[in-house]
Amino acid sequence: MTDAVSDLSRAIPKGTSLDTPFRLLCGAAATLLLVALGGVLVSLAIGGWPAFHKFGFAFFTTSHWNPVTDVYGAAGPIVGTIVSAILALAMSLPVAFGVAVFLTEFCPPILRKPIGVAVELLAGVPSIVYGMWGLFVFAPFFAEKVQIPLMSAAPPGSIWETLTSGIPNGSGVLSASIILAIMILPYMAAMFRVLFHNTPPPLRESAYALGATPLEVVMSVTLPHVRRSAVGAVMLGLGRALGETMAVTFIIGNAHGFPKSLFDSGSTIASTIANEFAEATSDMHTSALVALGFVLFLITFSVLAIARALLGSAKEV
Amino acid sequence: MDIKRISRTLANTVFIGFCFLVTFIALAALAAILWSLIGQGFKGIDLNVFTKDTPAPGSTGGLRNAILGSLMLCGFAMLGAAVVGVLAGTWLSEYGKESPYARVVRFMNDVLLSAPSILVGLFVYELMVRPLHGFSGFAGAVALALIAAPVVTRATEDVLNLQPTALREAGIALGAPRWVTIRKVIWRSAGGGLLTGLMLAFARISGETAPLLFTALNNQFFNWNMTKPMSNLPVVIFNYALTPYDDWRRLAWVGALLITVAVLAVNTLVRAISSEGDK
Repeated sequence: MTDAVSDLSRAIPKGTSLDTPFRLLCGAAATLLLVALGGVLVSLAIGGWPAFHKFGFAFFTTSHWNPVTDVYGAAGPIVGTIVSAILALAMSLPVAFGVAVFLTEFCPPILRKPIGVAVELLAGVPSIVYGMWGLFVFAPFFAEKVQIPLMSAAPPGSIWETLTSGIPNGSGVLSASIILAIMILPYMAAMFRVLFHNTPPPLRESAYALGATPLEVVMSVTLPHVRRSAVGAVMLGLGRALGETMAVTFIIGNAHGFPKSLFDSGSTIASTIANEFAEATSDMHTSALVALGFVLFLITFSVLAIARALLGSAKEV
Repeated sequence: MDIKRISRTLANTVFIGFCFLVTFIALAALAAILWSLIGQGFKGIDLNVFTKDTPAPGSTGGLRNAILGSLMLCGFAMLGAAVVGVLAGTWLSEYGKESPYARVVRFMNDVLLSAPSILVGLFVYELMVRPLHGFSGFAGAVALALIAAPVVTRATEDVLNLQPTALREAGIALGAPRWVTIRKVIWRSAGGGLLTGLMLAFARISGETAPLLFTALNNQFFNWNMTKPMSNLPVVIFNYALTPYDDWRRLAWVGALLITVAVLAVNTLVRAISSEGDK
């Protein structure tokens, strides 16, 4: 009897006492991630508090940003962020959708893999490369071939003249949106492709068997099937465009006021922070920039949270 | 041929045309970017790039200090991100599972995964640079680690979930404690997947510019000291591209090419490894 008991106690494996510490260690690592996200929010709130406190609601509603007199109104960058991201999304979405449909429905099988892989690889190219290309290659081309013809063709006094006014130097809100659109394009196309690819083949095949055209199959079978995740993917693309720094900073022109036209210089929250933070001299200037970061956090957090909730367990690429 | 049929065919033809057209436009735009990157980058590349430090305008120089800085920042960042990410991913997959707390962690990790990197930079500035009164390589590495860790966590959880339950049961049946089973059986069998996760995270952070602008800052000199401001490729590219000096712009293109080639190489390698695993 006593032998059996001592056998049992010997049977408890070596190192069992470390089981709990290991579990706690893993749990601590997971908690650290939560703390990091919370830390971002809290530190931005604390750092931005002096600016929020001093300017109050005017921080959001005025667009007078002047480091010399230490007066900061952030409406310009906030509006610039939202406008450029939405313009980018409006341009990118139809193209990404078309590319994904092409790859799943029409692409010759021999090209499917190479194009699919190329799109996914391009989604990983660092955003600063898009920014540099925008500044050195796209801007001169855009100024000469698009801005100047459009500006001279716009009838005086019309809405077109208002929209196309400005200096035709290739930079500005529209240029930044186009670069952003090109940047989020591979990312969204790759996500759409995965979603379309995961639609059960019998669903699509039965629609084809009923005599539906590819357009009808995509619109009434594939899209409704992936609707929720597709909206999530779009929101994820929007979140990326909202928070993007480098692709925008090179080309948006970095003016603090409201952009008056599509070709006018503007700024986004991220581009303002990237440009001014290292050079901010007064405490209020730094605080205003951190406060801008806080606003960006709230905007992107809501967008990303909605995206994740809609995507559910669908895998990101 | 009734009207309805004709209109359906017509709509379909327009749709197919649209898909072909936008795919062509998209591929052309992306090819144009890679084309100018390769053209401008290779034009400027020579031995000096790897043997000399960043120059004053007008003198010859290279990117040696920036390349070293980038490697050190990414290296230290990956050390931190690997430990935190693998442990956190293990917790989600092996211990947390579907508990409410694990759901919260998973959700927040996914948000952190796509949070704007410039905000992570601001956070680290408030956390390390301001209290310690100085920019440093360590601050830059912490910022990059915070961006890499969610990627590693997600990849680790995904790959551990793919391991068969029988493996865990086999470990327990042999009398091994849980943590030994995880370490010696689960991690080992998931080794390739863990490695790909780490490589993806590395590719993700090696081109990050925004969080380094006010953490690692920049340094004109060759520097091994992580407590000092540290030169790195992305910030050098950002600074040099915005100057009117031709030789600085040339170096910016070379730097951009180096980063892109590194990122694409790592991503291609990841693809090769994971398709090897599928066979």
